[in-house]
Amino acid sequence: MKQTRAIVITGNGTNCEMEAAHACRIGGFDEVVIAHIAEILSGEIRLDDFHFLNLTGGFLDGDDLGSAKAQANRLKHAAVSGSGEKLVEQFTRFITDGKLILGVCNGFQLMVKMGMLPGFAGEYLHQTVTLTHNDCGRFQDRWTYLQVDPASPSVFTRGINNGIYLPVRHGEGKFLCDSDATLARLEEGHLAVLRYSDAGYAEAAMEFPANPNGSTNAIAALCDPSGRLMGLMPHPEAFVHYTQHPRWTRENLPEEGDGLILYKNAAEYVRNNLI
Amino acid sequence: MPHRIEIALVNGVRDPRGERIRREIEHFLHLDVAAVRTVDVYTIDIALSDHELEAAARGPFSDPVIQTWSIDRPLATDFDFAVEVGFRPGVTDNVGRTAREAVSYLAGRAVADGESVYYAVQYLIKCTLNSSDVEKIATGLLCNTLIQRYSVLSAAEFAAAGGFSAYVPKVSGASKAEVREIDLDVSDEELMRISKDGVLALTLDEMKIIQAQYRDAKVLAERQTFGLGTKPTDVELECLAQTWSEHCKHKIFAGTVQYEDENGNKQEIKSLFKSFIQRTTKDVRERMGDKDFCLSVFKDNAGVIKFNDTHSLVFKVETHNSPSALDPYGGALTGIVGVNRDPFGTGIGSKLIFNTDVFCFADPFYSKPLPARLLHPRRIYEGVVEGVEHGGNKSGIPTVNGSLVFDDRFAGKPLVFCGTAGLMPVMVNGLPAHEKSIKPGDLIVMTGGRIGKDGIHGATFSSEELNENSPVTAVQIGDPITQKRMFDFLIRARDKGLYRFITDNGAGGLSSSIGEMAGECGGCRMDLAKAPLKYPGLNPWEILISEAQERMSLAVPPGLIGQFMEMAARFGVEATVLGEFTDSGVFHMLYGEQTVAWLPMAFMHEGLPPMQIPAKWLPPLHIEPLIEEKNDYTDDLKRLLSALNVCSKESVVRRYDHEVQGGSVVKPFTGVANDGPSDAAVVRPILDSFEGVVTAHGICPRFSDIDTYHMTANAVDEALRNYVAVGGSLDLVAGLDNFCWCDPVQSEKTPDGPYKMAQLVRSNQALYDICMAYNLPLISGKDSMKNDFYDGTTKISIPPTLLFSVIGKMDDARKAVTMDVKRPGDIVYLLGKTADELGGSEYLALSGAVGNKVPHVDTVKAYQRYQAYHEAVNQRSVASCHDLSDGGLAVAAAESAFAGGFGMALDLSRVLWKGDVAGKGDCTLLFSESASRHLVTVHPEQREQFEATMSGNCFASIGVVTEEATLAITGLNGVAVVTANLAELKDAWQQTLREL
Repeated sequence: MKQTRAIVITGNGTNCEMEAAHACRIGGFDEVVIAHIAEILSGEIRLDDFHFLNLTGGFLDGDDLGSAKAQANRLKHAAVSGSGEKLVEQFTRFITDGKLILGVCNGFQLMVKMGMLPGFAGEYLHQTVTLTHNDCGRFQDRWTYLQVDPASPSVFTRGINNGIYLPVRHGEGKFLCDSDATLARLEEGHLAVLRYSDAGYAEAAMEFPANPNGSTNAIAALCDPSGRLMGLMPHPEAFVHYTQHPRWTRENLPEEGDGLILYKNAAEYVRNNLI
Repeated sequence: MPHRIEIALVNGVRDPRGERIRREIEHFLHLDVAAVRTVDVYTIDIALSDHELEAAARGPFSDPVIQTWSIDRPLATDFDFAVEVGFRPGVTDNVGRTAREAVSYLAGRAVADGESVYYAVQYLIKCTLNSSDVEKIATGLLCNTLIQRYSVLSAAEFAAAGGFSAYVPKVSGASKAEVREIDLDVSDEELMRISKDGVLALTLDEMKIIQAQYRDAKVLAERQTFGLGTKPTDVELECLAQTWSEHCKHKIFAGTVQYEDENGNKQEIKSLFKSFIQRTTKDVRERMGDKDFCLSVFKDNAGVIKFNDTHSLVFKVETHNSPSALDPYGGALTGIVGVNRDPFGTGIGSKLIFNTDVFCFADPFYSKPLPARLLHPRRIYEGVVEGVEHGGNKSGIPTVNGSLVFDDRFAGKPLVFCGTAGLMPVMVNGLPAHEKSIKPGDLIVMTGGRIGKDGIHGATFSSEELNENSPVTAVQIGDPITQKRMFDFLIRARDKGLYRFITDNGAGGLSSSIGEMAGECGGCRMDLAKAPLKYPGLNPWEILISEAQERMSLAVPPGLIGQFMEMAARFGVEATVLGEFTDSGVFHMLYGEQTVAWLPMAFMHEGLPPMQIPAKWLPPLHIEPLIEEKNDYTDDLKRLLSALNVCSKESVVRRYDHEVQGGSVVKPFTGVANDGPSDAAVVRPILDSFEGVVTAHGICPRFSDIDTYHMTANAVDEALRNYVAVGGSLDLVAGLDNFCWCDPVQSEKTPDGPYKMAQLVRSNQALYDICMAYNLPLISGKDSMKNDFYDGTTKISIPPTLLFSVIGKMDDARKAVTMDVKRPGDIVYLLGKTADELGGSEYLALSGAVGNKVPHVDTVKAYQRYQAYHEAVNQRSVASCHDLSDGGLAVAAAESAFAGGFGMALDLSRVLWKGDVAGKGDCTLLFSESASRHLVTVHPEQREQFEATMSGNCFASIGVVTEEATLAITGLNGVAVVTANLAELKDAWQQTLREL
């Protein structure tokens, strides 16, 4: 395998596969495949053949049992045809092989509810944190300033100065931990990669609308201690070109949008470490 | 035995759903409630072991971080009343469906037919209210009794009974599969009784045509060979009622109109549709010659135009008014997911790229009494907004454009317009994608959801006014996820060439979709017993006309059926072969071996003679209000900014995902704080290209009170000027018309039919005139003609409303212009002239007046100016542009200024005037809603180029953008008439709907 290969999983209510694939492509991946979950469950497409897995935004199964819950259940219990293997085994092998996973919005919810994040001590199937209904009680589409933790191990956010500006589009983005101990542990490990903040990226924001959902410690993104698995509520794939910015007609912006760096970092990591 | 799994939030976790309900109880029912908490209830009617039940509760049903669960044991504590709300039997239960599937994955086995999970919500209310107040909360807010059931227990009752007992809302009833024959050899009164009682919505003339058909000896002889008697079966009669319904057949637009104008000139119009709408497109296309960009108009589910050499654009706008009046959430949700199927089912299918929504409601703060059957406008507002939110967001289609229009007559029926655009390759597998065909022998295949009693008589019901007895079953609830799964599969099947024809199942269900498809090849033979059902007990006629959602009908060549079915199974999509297309000339329905309907295609589709409709135009005369000149209009401006039709709709718009798919270029909100109102949307549907799709709309029902001719002209102009404002090109732009009228056919209930019909005629005349002047071909549209409420005493008719939508292109989306002023020192121009045209304006409405001086559109000058402006946009000499509509110049200036965060100093004496100077004054200059005007700002360094490009057109520099955050407008006598701080103006504009 000489090519850097990214996969975007779709199906059952996933929505952002096109723009996520586009972001992977312009971020530098040689090959990007949009795979329907049916094609993975049928064994036609195997996660093993890829380096970077994208779990993107949407409404898996309508978020009917709570965001991403039904898909988390499906991934844990569904079997891949012809292999005798459960799909979850492909996921855990992907992680232990040192590959990258990025969950955005519904994808982040899925990672959290499967227990893949924060992934303390290599435990990737045990849920300790959650994402639930916004305090305002409503779905919100609005842009948010995200302060980066420079000490975070995340490979995706390397090189970000201060912060990035991205849209959130969710009804269930409020980050909560099962205990203070969990919160302390992920803060100590600098796993809270991004926080909702003021426009200068100076202070974490706890008030609506800067913090659109009421997340604990304004946490908008999380990575595992290896930094190779990351999830975030805001949409990096929604800002890869300046015309996607809400104020591009009045501000002088660079060609590339703030979200692209996540995909560029992913491609670079794969090139340097996985092929 | 069924089990109840309850899921509650653990102590200390906020319950936003409960908090929202508490706020709504207070705000809406004016009842004091200390707290509301909620519990999710899953009633499991599946044979599961204790271990499996527990795994379901612990696993997919609950979140271990914030929730706790129980099985057959109530979790409720610390409450005074508990209200549990679940669905009635047979109503679509999306959460229940997902829960059932989750159980199946968990247990590692398929769940048996008839086994299911049912979802309900328990509201725990802490209050000092009595039980009748709580009953009011249940019926007034928590439960729509049409589709939901509820029970209330006080804390004492709850304790005594050990909570709510498990209730399974399963549809019971043995499979009857009954076919009745209906005797039409009866009196006229009896014929009408049959029509009315059966919700057939057929007129006496129509019933008599059917009666005559069943007296024709030749027809009877042929029927005999299929074992049918001399009387029509219920399947046949129901099928004809659907096919001939106003909803499906558009009898009013197809009818022959005897029109008389105000001068007594008489004219016979054979079909408004053919004479005006179709003719508009034909004449515009002829004139465009080789620049014609229309590919498929009026013949498919949506219109298709060229986008570029590789892709075509598809667009359709629909209404879903009657269902939304009964069940706002379900009706609106079905409206949006329903219109999604139109572009998807156009040609051989398109990928959906955006939605648009326009809602017309009565004042959500309405406080006068309403007729019994009508829901409060606030409830309709909440339900519709949420229904479209769920339908659009969950389908992954950005909602890029829309508006909310308020008029208290919409209490009679709300209007819910939902539009969807699609993108299709020009060619798929070597064939033009916008075309399709059927060959005899192709198989009839239905995909997607199953058939239930939902939506039975939707088409015929919406062809009547809303009344006390409107049928419950006419309401459906959409399921965006089932539909999304189906689309994911079908778009891949399209690219593999696995089917030849596709169309959606909407109004009239299979009777319409298969009826129309059979018209392509000349017949069909279909076995209704093969149709997959949600539950047993449906009669063949119900299967045929059910409007159960999320279904597409396809024609699949027999050689490809194996591959098609295999792929459907792999994608988890149900697909069923129901029969085959033929060239027999007959719509032939079987139930098993038995023929249950045998209808000659010619009779079905051409058996109906045109309706004869009188129309007489008498221009209304309103009291002409005296315009009192004031020294200062700042307060009037603030009141206008707070008016429902002008104020910010951000609290609604932010609930709609307008950015998914990544192509958003001009978003609904723009400006320094992302909160200024954009005129139109620009979207890049192909992410590695900068070609943009531009969409906008115009709607101004208030002008109908004066003259629907000008209402229509202004609506079309508004759509185009919004489109032009952001940078849309006039070389590739098409229109869609959606007429929502009150019943214009004269009858006992509608004595003023001839006036309402004349309003429709005038609207059509204007549509032709203005679209010709603007080179706008009409590519699709829809009419909804019975938007009245009548309960025997009160009649509420909506104002005649035309929603005009446009879709077109800009070659380079990077040249798009937004409405926010950009920097101090920029020059402010007003393009177009202003006239004494306050008639029907928002300004007069502030004092309850209508007036008579409705704005007139000067299409020749406007079109020339729009072209020049577009040239200026292409030269990048425009800094900002905002269209002038509701509230006129003052409102547009205020919006542009506070959106950009800079002030404006304007001088009314520099505004160009049109017509009699007697009417010229500060008031008319500020608030007149004269058509075709734009407020533009230009950087000083671009001034020369801009003025050169615009030369020869009516435009004037009227002021400058200022550093100071103030809107300062000087009147004709040189003294300030508006002086206002931008923050105050913005607050006035934002406060009205901020909390909704």
